[in-house]
Amino acid sequence: MLNIKINGEVREVDADPYTPLLWVIRDELGLTGTKYGCGVAQCGACTVHVDGKPMRSCSAPAYMAGGRSVTTIEGLSSPAAKAVQKAWIDLDVVQCGYCQSGQIMSAVALLEAKPKPTDEDINHALSGNICRCATYHRIRAAIHQAAATLKA
Amino acid sequence: MRIFEDGQLGAAIGATEAPQREGLKRRDFLKGGAATGFALALQLPLVAPASAAPAGAEFVPNAFVHIAPDSTVTFVIKHHEMGQGATTGLATILAEELDADWANVKIEYAPANTPVYKNLAFGAQGTGGSTSIANSWPQLREAGATTRAMLVSAAAQKWKVAPEQIKVSSGVISGPAGQSAKFGELAAAAAKLPVPKNVPLKDPKNFVLVGKQQTRRLDSIAKSTGKAQYTIDVKLPGLLTAVIARPPAFGAKLKSVDDSAAKAVKGVKFVVKVPEGVAVVATGMWPALQGRKALKLDWDLSAAGPKSTEAMFADYRKLASASGGASANRSEQTAAQLQGAANTIEAVYEFPYLAHAAMEPMNCVAWLHDGIVETWSGHQFPTFDQQFAAKAAGLPPEKVKLNTLVSGGSFGRRANSWSDFTVEAVNVAKAISKLPGGKVPVRVQQTREDDMRGGLYRPQYVHAVKVGLAKDGKLAGWQHSIVGQSIMAGTPMASLIKDGVDETSVEGVWPTPYALPSPSVELHSPTQAVRPLWWRSVGHTHTAFVMETLLDEAATLAKQDAVAYRLALLEKQPRMAGVLKLAADKGGWGKKMPKGKAQGVAVHFSFNTYVAQVVEVSLKPDGQPRVERVTVAVDCGVPVNPDQIKAQMEGCVGFGLAAALYGEIEIENGAVKQSNYHDYKVLRIQDMPVVDVHIVNSQEAPTGVGEPGVPPLAPAVANALAKLTGERVRRLPFARHTFKSA
Repeated sequence: MLNIKINGEVREVDADPYTPLLWVIRDELGLTGTKYGCGVAQCGACTVHVDGKPMRSCSAPAYMAGGRSVTTIEGLSSPAAKAVQKAWIDLDVVQCGYCQSGQIMSAVALLEAKPKPTDEDINHALSGNICRCATYHRIRAAIHQAAATLKA
Repeated sequence: MRIFEDGQLGAAIGATEAPQREGLKRRDFLKGGAATGFALALQLPLVAPASAAPAGAEFVPNAFVHIAPDSTVTFVIKHHEMGQGATTGLATILAEELDADWANVKIEYAPANTPVYKNLAFGAQGTGGSTSIANSWPQLREAGATTRAMLVSAAAQKWKVAPEQIKVSSGVISGPAGQSAKFGELAAAAAKLPVPKNVPLKDPKNFVLVGKQQTRRLDSIAKSTGKAQYTIDVKLPGLLTAVIARPPAFGAKLKSVDDSAAKAVKGVKFVVKVPEGVAVVATGMWPALQGRKALKLDWDLSAAGPKSTEAMFADYRKLASASGGASANRSEQTAAQLQGAANTIEAVYEFPYLAHAAMEPMNCVAWLHDGIVETWSGHQFPTFDQQFAAKAAGLPPEKVKLNTLVSGGSFGRRANSWSDFTVEAVNVAKAISKLPGGKVPVRVQQTREDDMRGGLYRPQYVHAVKVGLAKDGKLAGWQHSIVGQSIMAGTPMASLIKDGVDETSVEGVWPTPYALPSPSVELHSPTQAVRPLWWRSVGHTHTAFVMETLLDEAATLAKQDAVAYRLALLEKQPRMAGVLKLAADKGGWGKKMPKGKAQGVAVHFSFNTYVAQVVEVSLKPDGQPRVERVTVAVDCGVPVNPDQIKAQMEGCVGFGLAAALYGEIEIENGAVKQSNYHDYKVLRIQDMPVVDVHIVNSQEAPTGVGEPGVPPLAPAVANALAKLTGERVRRLPFARHTFKSA
């Protein structure tokens, strides 16, 4: 049995502790906003926050989440998260949308660590998140817009 | 995917009677189109679509619009949403003619029902070829305008005024004496009226939504909050997850399997043989993967092939210079023209297999229950998926219920002539349904590796071209030979191949908008064990590269400006010339570039849309190109959603750049070398250029934008690289080369 604190709630899960956190989140906890894209921490579609830091849940064994706080796209609530999601919607960033939960999780973690990111900071923080629709142009613009609204 | 003549595809897949381009009649809708010969010929289910059935007091004037008593307007979207924004575009067209309140618009995806929801460019229900907006434009304008006319009639009768005295704006109907009603208040009365014919459409100068920026994407909120439901997210009682152990090489056959260890994995419920391999069915993805890993499989590799990518290229190069190809355009003058030319360019180009690598690996949920098979997936081609699911299940097509969800990308992958991801799910569902406890829904989920190694690629191609130039630099002869697998051969579309020419292999070389000197264009279409498939912009992915780099080289040889040289060949093509001039103007063509940076240009016509791009390229320290800026000019007729056109041009640039820089699937002894995003590299944010899009404000009927932005990108970059380095790239991707500043 694993105890996982997810989106503020402690949940008990009957899973092999080596199960990747991604599959515990999706198949055991039923939270499907976090996506499977590659399984090897190459695409970032599975990005969640563990104690506020972005993590590729497809490559993190579930036991690692024990005693830590996991946040998925469903549990976002901080001012930075709200600003990011608003900017995403304002600028119509999404296309197919499949990678966007992961993009948003990375963007929120960036803004929480660095409220005024430069283009270089954005490249660094988001380079692990692939978007095959190549919405990168708008992802960058939305992060800058969110940063501007947070500052104001 | 190519654009078919009306009904061609429907005819090709078994319809004896080409469907008519017609407005949807209420009578046909209520019968679900049962009366049409097309439906009978295709043996499609002759039932009214469940979601569009009239319910309660809803006003359902046609197959595309429902109006609820609370004034909610629901549009039924017949095209597949893979990210290209078709949903929002189609809803914009309906809302425009209906004068609906955009804030009250909801959408539903159409069920499988070919007669009612067919793509009027294909004659079959399906999405591709950048046709969603183009084929729907007259149909949905008529549907919206007819609905509006019925609401106006209902108001006129209620208020006892002439219909001409009534105005409709943003979902509110107003009378001359200050009467006012929302759509829902008149829905019941409108539903009782006959459906009028030949309702006039809006004068485009009165458009309030089309061509404006008010209509934002209808899926932005769901997709920015994790709430959008994809196939991987489907939840059903008792749903199991399956992964399939697949052949390690094309042509490999399963000799034996020992599944004892797999069955011992906690959570594994069934291990079943299916035509695709051995399926491990479990309570979740992780036990399914662990079970698959525990299988002991013995494969017969004696028939595995092709031998290798390089051997294929060697064969293709030989074929390119051999006689006996099919003629896409026959010219008796070419040999003499080339002999008499003052200058000649001879070039051989090589293009690799490309995987679509959409973010959501292929998947489908299938469930045999109550004498039917039900599926949930990103069904991009419902007509095919329904028929192939029926065949796999051993049921008639009317016993197939498709539930279509949005896709996490496709780029052509989900529209294929085998419905592979649908069929394998039905095969697994059928196999377990015979076992105790197996009458449950099952999701067959491909891993990234399964998806990347499974074939269905943009085919490998070779082009061998001789271009002759006269003394004055003008084109004086053009001989072109193309070698590559036919996408349509061996599929239900094979009858569209004319005189040995699959148009999707040569489109972009022939026909071409350029005034070429009566070119000879030949095609060889060898077969391989690897299944080919269209890949965002299909034949134009390689033909545009060849045409646009050769014309650039010809201009250089002729000592003429690359834009001016092309314009001289486009005197009878004002729209193509128009985008080229616009991109050149907005991109500052010919301006002095700083040392180490160069401009490149390309223009291409595909899917009835014209796109020109001017790029600015420099070199990274590792000798790879850095594309810094792309200026795009696009003429796609009436720009329905300008911001979504921009989004597609941005996306096409990124998608095209990924393939140009890194895209390559290689084969050794029938096995694919690449497996995941670490060795099949795609574009990441740090390599995305600034993209500046300019849309021609055209009055022509709208055409597609999902694909036409891809073809010009790679040749524009190659042309910039030639200026920067003196080197002409003949083999893609660029990552195969190391560039040095000249």
